[in-house]
Amino acid sequence: MNLFPPNGIGYMSKDARAKAAGTPAQSEEDLALISRVNGGDYGAFERLVRKYEARVYHHCLKFLNSQEDAEDVLQDTFLQAYRSLSGFRGEAAFSTWLMKIATNNCLMRIRKRKKVDIVSIDKPIDYDGSHLPREIVDWSKNPSLMSANDEIREVLDYTISLLPEDKRVVLILKDLEGFSNIEIGEMLGMSVAAVKSRLHRARLFMRDALSAYFEGTLKLAKTEPER
Amino acid sequence: MNCLDILEKIGDYVDKELDPTLCVEIEKHLEDCDPCVAFVNTLKKTVELFNRAKISENSIPEPVSSKLRGFLKENISTAGE
Repeated sequence: MNLFPPNGIGYMSKDARAKAAGTPAQSEEDLALISRVNGGDYGAFERLVRKYEARVYHHCLKFLNSQEDAEDVLQDTFLQAYRSLSGFRGEAAFSTWLMKIATNNCLMRIRKRKKVDIVSIDKPIDYDGSHLPREIVDWSKNPSLMSANDEIREVLDYTISLLPEDKRVVLILKDLEGFSNIEIGEMLGMSVAAVKSRLHRARLFMRDALSAYFEGTLKLAKTEPER
Repeated sequence: MNCLDILEKIGDYVDKELDPTLCVEIEKHLEDCDPCVAFVNTLKKTVELFNRAKISENSIPEPVSSKLRGFLKENISTAGE
């Protein structure tokens, strides 16, 4: 059985190759705004804030699972960015540089909570074992996935919150924020190989969690977000 | 290539960053292995669901945005000039 198109889905695309090898996609508009901010134009900084506030906010919200903490980190991130902007050299895209600040602030906030996340998914697949299970349910064509709906969205939010911190950050940056493995490595001070490894484990975890949901063994915990 | 080899390489395959020769080997394996097909399909769908989720997150609640602007004005000396 071959469910894939003749030219395959796994080949590296032109864009992917360029991204894998390339330099950061630096926005000329951002560079012009940064130059004006460094010249004392606060209005230019407000334009940068307007441009990136939603992205930073949702990143923090996903990462911290707390609206109050996300708002605090959002504010700290832009203040820190403003104060550090004179040192911005353009070696990475401004968005990457900004998300690095946000990610570090999120990690610090989580460590302050001094809380250990206990993760439990029923019957996880033993990926370190010698074989894959023979019975894998293919839920990829489940009708409930055909359109975006609130429950699926809730399942995604919940399963992200189950991920251990080190894997959650990589999954959010890659699959929700769209950063390349190279950019994520720069942000987190890791090699691309280490990024790929964590991303792989995170996706396997999420696949397991979604499988458990579709098989009825994972129930959403209806809890208030952490404060 | 066996099922565990697939598992090891499936991340690059889904991200379309895998060497074409290995892609051919994977697809050859998938022709005869239903569990791996189910595994690949569900992993691809997992990634797709997250990619779809990111598109709708391009706005910020106005109160959050207002509080941010107020906070920055309070803490940046040149903001009011």
